[in-house]
Amino acid sequence: MSATAWGWLVLLFPLAGSILIALSFRKTSWRTAGIIGTAAIGLAFVCGILALIKLLGEDPSSRHHASSLWEYASVASLHIELGIYVDPLSVFMVLVVTGVSTLIHLYSFGYMQSDQGYHRFFSYLNFFVFSMLLLVLAGNFVLLIVGWAFVGFASYALISFWYRRTTATRAGLKAFVINVVGDIGLTLAAFLIFQQLHTFNYTEVFAKAPETFHTNSWTVTAICLLLLVGAFAKSAQLPFHTWLPDAMEGPTPVSSLIHAATMVTAGVYLIARTHVLFVLAPTAADIAAFVGLATLLVAASIALVMTDLKRAIAYSTMSQIGYMIVGVSIGAYSAGMFHLMTHAFFKALLFMAAGSIISAMANEQNIDKMSGFGKAMKFTSVTMLCGALALAAFPFTSGFFSKDEILAYASARGGMYLIFTILGYFGALLTAIYTFRLIFRVLRGDPCAEAQHLIDTGHVVHAHEPTNPKTGEVEDTDVGFPGADHHIAEQSPPMKVAMGILAFLALFAGFIQVPGVDKAVTNFLNPVFADSPLASIEPSTTASWVGLLIGGLISVAGIGIAYYLYVASPETPRRLQERFSAMHTFLYNKWYFDEAIDILIVRPALAIGRFANNVFERFVIDDAITGGTEEVVGKAGQVVRGFQNGIVRTYGLFLIAGAVGLALYFLIQQS
Amino acid sequence: MNISWYIVLSALLFTIGAIGILVRRSPMVILLCLELMLNAGNLALVAFSREVGNAQGQVFALVVMVVAACEVVVGLGLIVAIFRRKLPLDVDDLRSLRG
Amino acid sequence: MEGVIFFIAAIGAVVGAIGVVAARNPFYSVLALIAHLFSLAVLFLLLTSAFVAAAQVVVYAGAVMVLYVFVVAYVGDAAEAKWDPVPGQRLFAGLLAFFLFVEISAAILSSGLKALSTHGPSVPAGFGDPAAIGNLLLEKFLVPFEASSLLLLIAAVGAIVLANRKPREAQSGSIGGRPVSTAGNGSDSGDAATSAGHSAPEARPAGVAASPPPQTSPLGAPK
Repeated sequence: MSATAWGWLVLLFPLAGSILIALSFRKTSWRTAGIIGTAAIGLAFVCGILALIKLLGEDPSSRHHASSLWEYASVASLHIELGIYVDPLSVFMVLVVTGVSTLIHLYSFGYMQSDQGYHRFFSYLNFFVFSMLLLVLAGNFVLLIVGWAFVGFASYALISFWYRRTTATRAGLKAFVINVVGDIGLTLAAFLIFQQLHTFNYTEVFAKAPETFHTNSWTVTAICLLLLVGAFAKSAQLPFHTWLPDAMEGPTPVSSLIHAATMVTAGVYLIARTHVLFVLAPTAADIAAFVGLATLLVAASIALVMTDLKRAIAYSTMSQIGYMIVGVSIGAYSAGMFHLMTHAFFKALLFMAAGSIISAMANEQNIDKMSGFGKAMKFTSVTMLCGALALAAFPFTSGFFSKDEILAYASARGGMYLIFTILGYFGALLTAIYTFRLIFRVLRGDPCAEAQHLIDTGHVVHAHEPTNPKTGEVEDTDVGFPGADHHIAEQSPPMKVAMGILAFLALFAGFIQVPGVDKAVTNFLNPVFADSPLASIEPSTTASWVGLLIGGLISVAGIGIAYYLYVASPETPRRLQERFSAMHTFLYNKWYFDEAIDILIVRPALAIGRFANNVFERFVIDDAITGGTEEVVGKAGQVVRGFQNGIVRTYGLFLIAGAVGLALYFLIQQS
Repeated sequence: MNISWYIVLSALLFTIGAIGILVRRSPMVILLCLELMLNAGNLALVAFSREVGNAQGQVFALVVMVVAACEVVVGLGLIVAIFRRKLPLDVDDLRSLRG
Repeated sequence: MEGVIFFIAAIGAVVGAIGVVAARNPFYSVLALIAHLFSLAVLFLLLTSAFVAAAQVVVYAGAVMVLYVFVVAYVGDAAEAKWDPVPGQRLFAGLLAFFLFVEISAAILSSGLKALSTHGPSVPAGFGDPAAIGNLLLEKFLVPFEASSLLLLIAAVGAIVLANRKPREAQSGSIGGRPVSTAGNGSDSGDAATSAGHSAPEARPAGVAASPPPQTSPLGAPK
């Protein structure tokens, strides 16, 4: 079968799985739903592999295929089809998405076991994977927007999965609204593209763009900036990032899949896909790179003081995506995509491990209350350590190769881009510090009460009354709230398998792209990016290894600093906090972004709404326009009524008057 | 006397009839004034028939007479019916068409 | 000679018309109309329409006017009330009618029809004779002729229906509650009741009866 046929199957399986689980939720047991869900994604992964094999069997320059099912709209010059585009970039993304999703489905099979909404969860999760694949495989901008919107919806549905928790529903709404802002940017960009190039189709757009646009003309810059609005909202970059930490209200597998590995990387994919346009608008590309850099640093700084385990990992995600955005914006396309892949592995793993620990803590997420889990949960802590090492770019882990490749490219590009290298290394230092802050605080030390309970009894602690970890409100365990049981990796084989595979990948997946040895990712993605002049800039092997050396040293240094702060002299953090309390508060409050958005956007919007309701609606519309018209018509009606007095003679008078008038008219006409 | 005299006379009779309809309140008299107007029309018809030299206008006038007769019959029947019900025989009092 | 006759007849017609409009007593109006009709017949004769003139006298002045006389005798000749519920009606009526006259005259006198300023073309000897009219009626205008006879039939039937007084007193109970019976102008529930079962023309006066009560106050006494 052709590569595009496999592509359609990749789309079909998750959709079918989602619909099947949804329709049969009353008749199937939870086990069936979980198996269907996981199998659907697994089959999609297999189809992805087969598509890959098909592609590899072809000549590199012809490894792009478009296939369309039917023409959705054909009006004048507007042709929109339901079409997919299979090329190395989309197959790469398909493999990452389906691969990690299969493992996360496997994890959820065990983790969500006692939840009353189990079927709903798997249905939504499958739908999400379908939407993400649609986004990635889309062959024209319209289908991209469709996939984009579906992904936003799936994210909303999954964040508010425990829908009876107000914090969760609010977080879902926040995520959705900010996503919509991004959707607007993306849609406007698509409109502009259509207006300028008269087509939505990728192949045509990318062929016509270099001929139609001059470099840095305002149209292509506007298009790219609007695309960036969409990308930043989806990938949680400044200033559209405020939804991601709140999105941690969703169940851990959701955070792992959507907000670490897949959905938030959609922005990176978008920029990589439309790199032709960004090459024509270097200013926009530079803006993107700087925003990525800023996000990188801001998020890393906040993660240093975050006390909620999942939120700290969320900020770490934000920071790493900043790296990816920097990568694809400055031209290190394959490096950025490589980092996307490795990040998917180790971040998903970190979230899974965090989920396991939070289960052991009876849904408590504050790391101030955790310690000593290294002794209580060996498997979880080992895998968590693997993930942390990869995140901190410890030498020879996957993160090591991928992150430093981006920074090496930046230095190879030279000039202004050295800023990225320097600040990128600083960010790597911060990354190592905050990562191992978490490791040392949660895993080391004397076991906290819950850990001790686990060691002593072998059972997980259960709270007397389930409470909302953020607000402390008492809940129950019925539909719409988390289930009664808490599952940890040690006691759940599916979770163990998933985490084990990811741990392996996190440690060793980097070896497919070692500088000077092999360049599997670059070679594979080369046909896609060959048309960009930036792709030809390659750091020499020596320069790459120098970069890797520096990166390794920084990573070890960061781990060392973290060790000093949290193991060797534990009072130091407290003293630092007291000394720099203003800065600490600033960082703790997430640089006051939420408050700023509230003042700048939310309150004016509410004020406008109130004004519209109280003043405009009441006085202008009700009184003046509706009331006024009403009065005028009423008065006119009264006047007309006066003529209908029921007396025939009056009617006769009007008759004669009319005849006189008509005769006068005709007389005047004649003369 | 050329034809236009007859026509002008017809117009005069017509307007007198119109005034009568608009001013009088007894249905009887209104019907009579209606007859005036009809006859004025007849006069005009016959005058034009003479002007054209064709007798068709006269036939038209005859038919008008027939119609006038029928209308008189029905109108008088109405008046008799109103009278029988002891309602006031005054067009201004009969105003249930009031809007 | 012709002019003299014309003026006499014209003056007679106008005087008769004014008499119809101005007479207080309806009976005098009828008499004035009869005079008017005779003048009109003379005018028709002047226009060489013998048959129409004869028909006018026989049918109109002879039959229709007699009908009017009978009805006036039956209905009575009450004079009208002085008070006019519609202010300005008389003034405007006069004004408008005058304007109408002026306009029609202007239209005629300035018309492009040249023949209006003549006596008309010369006509054959039998113009306007019964034979000529009869010819036309039965040949060219057969359908209108038959249609008008049908119209006469309908009018006759209508007159009978209007004049019919159903003697069924038993109907009164079923329509006792109708506003017709409660009309404030002297109860004639017998008549109203018997008329309830009739077709539309009968029911119209009954419906009309329902409206006057609200107007009772402005009119007051002269009822």
